[in-house]
Amino acid sequence: MSDALLSVRDLTVTFDVPRPGAWPWTAPRKLHAVNGINFDLAPGECLGLVGESGSGKSTAARAVIGLAPISSGKVMFDGQDLGALSPVQRRKYGREIQMVFQDPLAALNPRMTVGDIIAEPLITHEPSLPRKEVRTRVQEMMEMVGLLPNLVNRYPHEFSGGQCQRIGIARALILRPRLLICDEPVSALDVSVQAQVVNLLKRLQKDLGLSMIFIAHDLSVVKHISDRISVMYLGRLMEQAGAKQLVQNPAHPYTQALISAVPIPDPEREKSRKIMMIQGELPSPLAPPSGCVFRTRCPFARPACAGDRPEYHVVGGDHVVACPWYNQLENSTLTAV
Amino acid sequence: MLATGCNTADDILNAAHRSEVKGRSLWRDAMGRFARNRAAVISLFVLGLILIFAFFGQFLSSHDPAFVDFMLRGNIKELGGPSIENGHYFGLEKEGRDLYQRTVQGIRVSIMIGVIGSLVSVVVGTLYGAIAGYFGGRVDSIMMRIVDILMAIPFMFVIILLLVIFGRSVFMLFVGIGLISWLNMARIARGQTLTIKNKEFVEAAIASGVKPFTIIVRHIVPNLAGVVIVYATLLIPELIIIESFISFLGLGIQEPMTSLGALINDGASQLNRGTPWMIAFPLFFFLATLYAFFFVGDGLRDALDPKDR
Repeated sequence: MSDALLSVRDLTVTFDVPRPGAWPWTAPRKLHAVNGINFDLAPGECLGLVGESGSGKSTAARAVIGLAPISSGKVMFDGQDLGALSPVQRRKYGREIQMVFQDPLAALNPRMTVGDIIAEPLITHEPSLPRKEVRTRVQEMMEMVGLLPNLVNRYPHEFSGGQCQRIGIARALILRPRLLICDEPVSALDVSVQAQVVNLLKRLQKDLGLSMIFIAHDLSVVKHISDRISVMYLGRLMEQAGAKQLVQNPAHPYTQALISAVPIPDPEREKSRKIMMIQGELPSPLAPPSGCVFRTRCPFARPACAGDRPEYHVVGGDHVVACPWYNQLENSTLTAV
Repeated sequence: MLATGCNTADDILNAAHRSEVKGRSLWRDAMGRFARNRAAVISLFVLGLILIFAFFGQFLSSHDPAFVDFMLRGNIKELGGPSIENGHYFGLEKEGRDLYQRTVQGIRVSIMIGVIGSLVSVVVGTLYGAIAGYFGGRVDSIMMRIVDILMAIPFMFVIILLLVIFGRSVFMLFVGIGLISWLNMARIARGQTLTIKNKEFVEAAIASGVKPFTIIVRHIVPNLAGVVIVYATLLIPELIIIESFISFLGLGIQEPMTSLGALINDGASQLNRGTPWMIAFPLFFFLATLYAFFFVGDGLRDALDPKDR
């Protein structure tokens, strides 16, 4: 795809984990947090990244924005390989790519006023802008995210979690970036506030024509906001499809299990449905299973799964799945949401 | 704004939009907590009085600090005691000079040494520690090993050596105290930086392309400030004690200058000659200053990190 705003190819992020009690010169173990993932993001599109904790979805996003080191692979933004840039050149892309963080309060400097926090990216990239202009832009932005603009002189601790997240969104959008990465922006908020923030993001995405990567572990939230969804497990991409397609026809056993675990807001149906349980824990990313990384917990695992890393199979259209047996699985135990 | 006949809810809402609300910063909250701490407030008051006394006390007495009162010098034990009539409010010290003037001078010198040493530690130590902690890795290792090496040298020995080699002077004393005072501060600042730099607001700044040095100044240092202020306040009395100890050894401040330590040393040497005022007055101000600084420091700590008690 050449018209993609962002295209990620074989992205791998590894961290060095020193062996306990090792000498400084012995080679540390490599932890593959993200292990060769691919995706494309068209302008104005929203890609949802889901997966359980430790599946590498945050790390993948952080590699795109430059907070995690890219070990190999390419992150092409607007035709430019971000991984090949020096830190100084990389800083210019702060204008284009911004991020909304998980913990709304921790993402705001407690010693700065809200106005200064929102203005920071603006001052960084347009240092010659007069103070008055900065203030006007900040207040416009606050109004846009649904905050009263007269609160510019307040401090973050005087706001609720949802308001703090709105401040974080205002800061991320003040430069009008083309790509917004939302790293679990709603998982620290309570449900009613979650809905407000998700709808705000959805509205802003439409109004500003943003491309968005939306990370969450809550499938129902991701389904609501995303055009396409990628499912990650242990640093690998398991399945990728349009949001509706993925939720209605999950092909990978892991996706099927995730979707079967989404609660149904109807007690009668909720009681009668079957949940496909996954046994065990996420294996250590220091020693991932051979072949398909999900095989240790997959109810349909067969000996062949331990062999080679599974290829991506096209189910139809843009629906790809990393399971060679996807059309031979027993699907009847699952209920669609 | 509201008085000019806004009746509709819209008008009121508009007024609320226009008037900017002032926020309560964490500093203001901390000041409120400090004001409620009685011991700290009293100590701050006492400290203020001592400072006023140290810098303006000399105008209350007509004697010159260097003037030796030969009229009384022959019999200090009988005639040199504290008295209002002859203007020697605190009596005479062992050379026959006015102890009141000497004490005022001594407090001034001691507090200046404490404050300047502490300022050096705040500026050098905070920046050093913040840079080491923020950049981490090899930079951090090298910078902190230098601190470790400097800390391993017995500093009292170094100060004494400096004073012996380069001669006793106030400047050398400042150099010696400045050399050691920032080491602990650097460690504390580094430790705090390590926790702050992984907070999301620092990551947000990195992600939006803020330069590392700006991040240190704008995001790291203001969040270190609480701990740094507390430590700096508690460092002042420590430095006063160190200076007094060196002066007590006879190596510190040189005549005709004096410090509280030197005065206490003089007073102690005359203790068995029946002139207790010579040690009593300097010692009183010494202890009062130390206690005041310690209580203020404690109060600041409670006020600045309420979670950290």
